[in-house]
Order: sequence, then C-alpha cells, then structure tokens
Amino acid sequence: MTKTLGFRAGLLSLLLLLLILGVWHVATLSGPAAAPVLNMTPEEIEYAKLLGKNPTGEGGGAVKSGFPGLAEMAAVTLQHLSQPFYDNGPNDKGVGIQLGHSLGRVALGFVLAALVAIPLGFVIGMSPLMYRALDPFIQVLKPISPLAWMPLALYTIKDSHISGIFVIFICSIWPMLLNTAFGVASVRREWLNVAKTLEVSPLRKAFEVILPAAAPTILTGMRISMGIAWLVIVAAEMLVGGTGIGYFVWNEWNNLSLPNVIFAIVLIGVVGMLLDLMFARLQKAVTYVD
Amino acid sequence: MSADRPPFDPYDADRPLRMGCGCGRHGSDAEHAVATLRARSETAEFETYSNSFVEASLMKALFPQDAVRRNFLRAVGRRTAMAAIGSVLPVGTLASLQAMAQGSTGGLEKKDLKIGFIPITCATPLIMAKPLGFYEKQGLNVEVVKTAGWALIRDKMLNKEYDATHFLSPMPLAMTMGAGSNAVPMNVATIQNTNGQAITLANKHKDNRDPKNWKGFKFAVPFEFSMHNFLLRYYVAESGLDPDRDIQIRVVPPPEMVANLRAGNIDGYLGPDPFNQRAVFEEVGFLHLLTKDLWDGHPCCAFGTSTEFIKANPNTFAALYRAVLQAAAMARKAENRPLIAKVISPQAYLNQPETVVAQVLTGKFADGLGKVQNVPDRADFDPMPWQSMAVWMLTQMQRWGYVKGDVNYKQIAEQVFLLTDAKKLMKEMGMPVPAGAYPKFTIMGKAFDPEKAAAYSKSFAIQRT
Repeated sequence: MTKTLGFRAGLLSLLLLLLILGVWHVATLSGPAAAPVLNMTPEEIEYAKLLGKNPTGEGGGAVKSGFPGLAEMAAVTLQHLSQPFYDNGPNDKGVGIQLGHSLGRVALGFVLAALVAIPLGFVIGMSPLMYRALDPFIQVLKPISPLAWMPLALYTIKDSHISGIFVIFICSIWPMLLNTAFGVASVRREWLNVAKTLEVSPLRKAFEVILPAAAPTILTGMRISMGIAWLVIVAAEMLVGGTGIGYFVWNEWNNLSLPNVIFAIVLIGVVGMLLDLMFARLQKAVTYVD
Repeated sequence: MSADRPPFDPYDADRPLRMGCGCGRHGSDAEHAVATLRARSETAEFETYSNSFVEASLMKALFPQDAVRRNFLRAVGRRTAMAAIGSVLPVGTLASLQAMAQGSTGGLEKKDLKIGFIPITCATPLIMAKPLGFYEKQGLNVEVVKTAGWALIRDKMLNKEYDATHFLSPMPLAMTMGAGSNAVPMNVATIQNTNGQAITLANKHKDNRDPKNWKGFKFAVPFEFSMHNFLLRYYVAESGLDPDRDIQIRVVPPPEMVANLRAGNIDGYLGPDPFNQRAVFEEVGFLHLLTKDLWDGHPCCAFGTSTEFIKANPNTFAALYRAVLQAAAMARKAENRPLIAKVISPQAYLNQPETVVAQVLTGKFADGLGKVQNVPDRADFDPMPWQSMAVWMLTQMQRWGYVKGDVNYKQIAEQVFLLTDAKKLMKEMGMPVPAGAYPKFTIMGKAFDPEKAAAYSKSFAIQRT
C-alpha cells in the first residue's frame, strides 16, 4: 500500500513538473517575427543592430535578456554542468567552485554556532536561573535579520570573508540554542530522579541521560538552523561578493542574464533540499520511542 | 594565452580547443583582442609614446600652465629640471623622473597585490592592465577583484583587504576628511576617466525632457560621494529644483540600476556606463544627455590607495602607477577602443554584451530615441588629477551639507590629489615654484575659479548652507 502510494505521489510530482514546464514553454514562445527589413532605412538598420537586433536576418541574433525559453535554459544548464570546476581567475569561476565556497562558509559558521549553542543550551536548560537571566537577550537578538549585522560585522571584524561566516554563525545560533534548552529542560523528571538515586556524576548524567533524551529536539533545532544558514548565505554573498553562489547570482544579475539566475535558483533549491535531507536522516537515527 | 606555447594543442586536456576568433589562433574573440593589443603595446613606438605620456602627465601636473613650464626649464636647464623633479616624485621617494617613467622592477616592497574594481567602463585602464600584462611587466602580481558596491570598496580599503582600488574621485576626499566613515588618509594617484557618464531616463518620459517638470522624480546615483550625485544635483538645481526636496535621490549600485529602471522603481539615473547604454540596449530607457554636455572633461573615477600604503611601499606604488598610466595611454587612442571593448566585456570583468561596451568606448551609439549618435569623446581616460577638480568637489560637498563649516579647500585637495607636495619640496630646495596648479573650469556655462571657491560654494540659489 505504501509503495503504491509512493509511486502515485511520484507520478503526480512528475505530472506537475511537466505541467510547469509546459506552461513555461507556452509562455515564452516568441511572438511574431520583427517588422520586415524592406521598409527600413540604412540608418534604422544600423540603429537596430546597435540595440542587438538582427534586422537583416543573417546569422543568429544577439542574445537579449528576455525570459528564457526551455531550449535556452537547457543549453545554459548543460554548459554549467559540463564545466563545473573551471577557474579563470578571481572573477570567473565554475559553478561547482562557487558552490564549494558557499558550502564551506555555511559549514564553518554552522559548526561554530553549534559549538556555542549546544553547551550554552545545556546550561540554560538545566538552570532556570540562567534561563531567566539570558531570556531577554535571546528574545531581543533572535528576531534581528542576519543581514542587518553585516555593516556592523564589516566594521568591527574588518574582513569580509570572516564577516560572512559571522553572519551565518549569528543567524544559525538561535534555533539551536532554544531547541537545546527546551529539549534539556523537558527531559522526564523520572529519568533524572533515577539518575539521582543512582548517584550518577553530573557529567555522566549530562552525557548518558540528558543528551540522548534531548537529542531529537536538538537535531530539530540544528535542522532549522541549517535551513536558515543556507537562506542567509546567498544574500550575504550578494552583499559581500567575491565568491560563492550568491556572488554568482549577483554577477549574472549585473548582466541581466535570467537563464543563469534561474539555473542558480534551481541549484540553490536542490542543495538546500539535500542539506535538509541529511539532517532528516540524522534526526531519524537519534529518535526513540517512549 | 602565453606566446611560447603552440597555438593549437588538440591533445592537451587542460586547454580548450576552440577556434573562436578570426585568425583561428585564439580561443575567443577576447583572447584575439588581448593578443593584438599586447602586440601593439610591445612596439617600440608605443613604448616611446607611453613613456613620454607618463612623463608629460607628471610635468603637466606640476606645470598646468605651459608658459610657466617653459620659463622654469629655461631658468634651470633641462638636465637640472629633470633631476630636481625626479628627486621629488612621487612623494619624494623615486630616484629620477626617468625611473618613474620607465622604471626597473627592482626594490618592490610588495609584489602580490589586490585591487578592487566596480564593473563599469570607468575602470577600463585598471581592468585592461591585467589581461594585457601591464602589471606583470612591472613585476607585480595583481589580482583585480570585482566588488559589489562603493560602500564595500570603502570598507575593504579601510580594512586593508585591498592594496589599491578604483575609487569614485570624491571618495578619497570624503574618507580623508572623515565624512561618512572614519578619517583615514587616502590618495588619488590618477583620475581613471573623464566624461563617460549620462543621465538615463525611463522610456515613459520620452516627451518630458525638461528638468523643470521633474518634480517628484526618483533618481539613482551610485554613491553619495560621487561626481554623479554632485552633477545630478547641480543639473536639477540649475532648473530650479531642490534635489533634496523636489526629487528623490537614492543610492543604487550601478549594476542594479537597469533592473530598477525596468521595474519602475526609479524614473532615471545619473550613472556610469555601460549601464546607461545597457538601458538603451534593453529598450527600457534613453540617454537624456551625456555628462560631457554638463562639464566637458569632468573627472569621474580615480585610481587611488591609502597614504599609509604609499609610504610603506613607495616603489610598488610607483610600479602600479606606471602600469595604470600605461593602460590609460593605450585607452586614450581611438583605434584601440573597439579591441579594448572585446577585452573587458567577458564575464571576469564587466560581464556585458560586447556591443554595449563598444558603443560606450567608441562613442558611436544608439541613443534610445531612434538615432545613431557619433560622439568620439563620450568617454575619455585623461589621468591628470587636477587639484581644482578636488576643490570643485569640496565646494559641492559643502553646498549640499556633506561637510559643515569652512573648508580649507587647497589643503585637502593637495593632501589627497597627489603630485603637489612636489611644489612644497621644490620650494624647500630653493627652486622657482610653478604657480597655479588650479586650472579653471566651466560647468553648465558657469565659470568656476578655484581661487574663489568659498564664494563659489555660496553663490548658488539652491543650497543647504
């Protein structure tokens, strides 16, 4: 039954995809051909050429930045995927290299955030005093858009790469922190009491009782954080520039090159999904049934 | 593409086998153009031209009035003059004027440099010096880094991530005075380009060309401290509009201007090329006027660095200076312009259709109103950092309230726009000091006399002070 359900869902997804592509194709069908060349003066022809048009119809016309059709999209995709790792100096790199830079930044910022958030979350979760004391700060800092940190980061850190990583750090810390605190605080009383009666040392209690109990909640926090980090990296790289998939989007926006931008959007979506799947797997691994 | 490798190698896995250019020896049109321009730059003829161009530029900075230069040379003799000037240029660290102009690669304090640029045609000399190998020739390993906006350029200069950069020419003035940032002394080594900007309006305003009717318009400029902002303010104020109250001026990074114009967020912009021409190419806007028509020969962008960098790396700075001036010399020649357009259009640099860049550089362009115009001096690359230009910028910063109170125009101009401390040093050496490094300009028919800058900045009907 589940297999057939999965099969049917997959079939429906495929149909939807075809429908989207079909609508796209119809919507981007080019209109009627341009006005005939016969009644144009030489000057008008030259003007049209300067606008990148091809009034005389010899050879292919210049590529204009309209919304791309499916064929153009496929060509762009193929071109990027066939050469993902080329490197023509600092301003022109393959999309694979750009993606690598982005993933590296996200990983670094995320790991740093986890290193701070999880121990701190433990402390907050185990001590109601700390929870109350830190709560106002968390509540104020949490809703700040990560990009609002950027000018401050650039000014104080004085390095655009580290600033990018800092922004990832500061935005992915909150869900992890709160979820860890919540998970730790809501470990069942009975389990803690059992630990107490057995006179388990605090460290052992933390690692062998609380951590496994709170792990699913902590991982949920990490999963949310990773989603946010991936959202933020694109915007941050558009702002800071240099490398990364966000810079790629910005650079192609300069050239008003929609096919490349769309390609990047799809790529960002797919990578985001893969990251999420990864955490979903981890989450499954630590989930337990009461 | 290096010269010593065979033109084709179909069995090399690391090299693309493309025969994209006319002669069939280069991978693409751009590579072909690079090779042609390189060959041109290596001719003895260009070398002589370039060297004398650099020397002449320096001499002209010292002696803006030719009569003074001649008197000076007659008074002390050619040889003494060369030695004396050479000993004080730039900032008193180079051995001789010849060394400055032709140079040796010895004694470079720093060889690996990062230079920032914004992808606009203003940066042409700075950019083309990279693929054409002008930096290498000076023994420098330069990375030119595309940057997302002017605020980022400023921050990266303050952070010392960049060694030198493409500036808007008022930026170093503002940074030195601490307007809009910490006060960090910066220098303008050369002006990158003159003219080359335009006012672009959205197509819906084709029949509304009189600025008197522009009340409520939203305009974009690339940065507050830019010639674009000052010229746009000047232009609308001459028509009786207050740029702070009657229109809205927003800061938008140049690459985002066309997208905003198309989306209807702005009615127009005074922006750098190629984005004016790109708006025409995309058929979303037209060229209302070229800034050349407001002030012919106005400066726009500059090549500069921090005073600290020059002090710590005088020889490196001189080598950079030579490379950029050499590129400027090449860019000034009309016959090179179509090839330069091919070199700087690819993705690594401007990332624009080649025809758009070529129209800007050659001055033969579609104006968006159905005409092909021919204005060969639409963009030029005169590198002279006249101090009177700096003084004019300061008067406008004062006029619109970016700096408050009295401004010591000349002191700041001479501190930031290089090559004038030479005057002071010459005086100390008991040499006759050339008078007037401050030529006058005419902006929209109104004469600007740098000697009367304070009065000038208060002479406008619309101002903030």
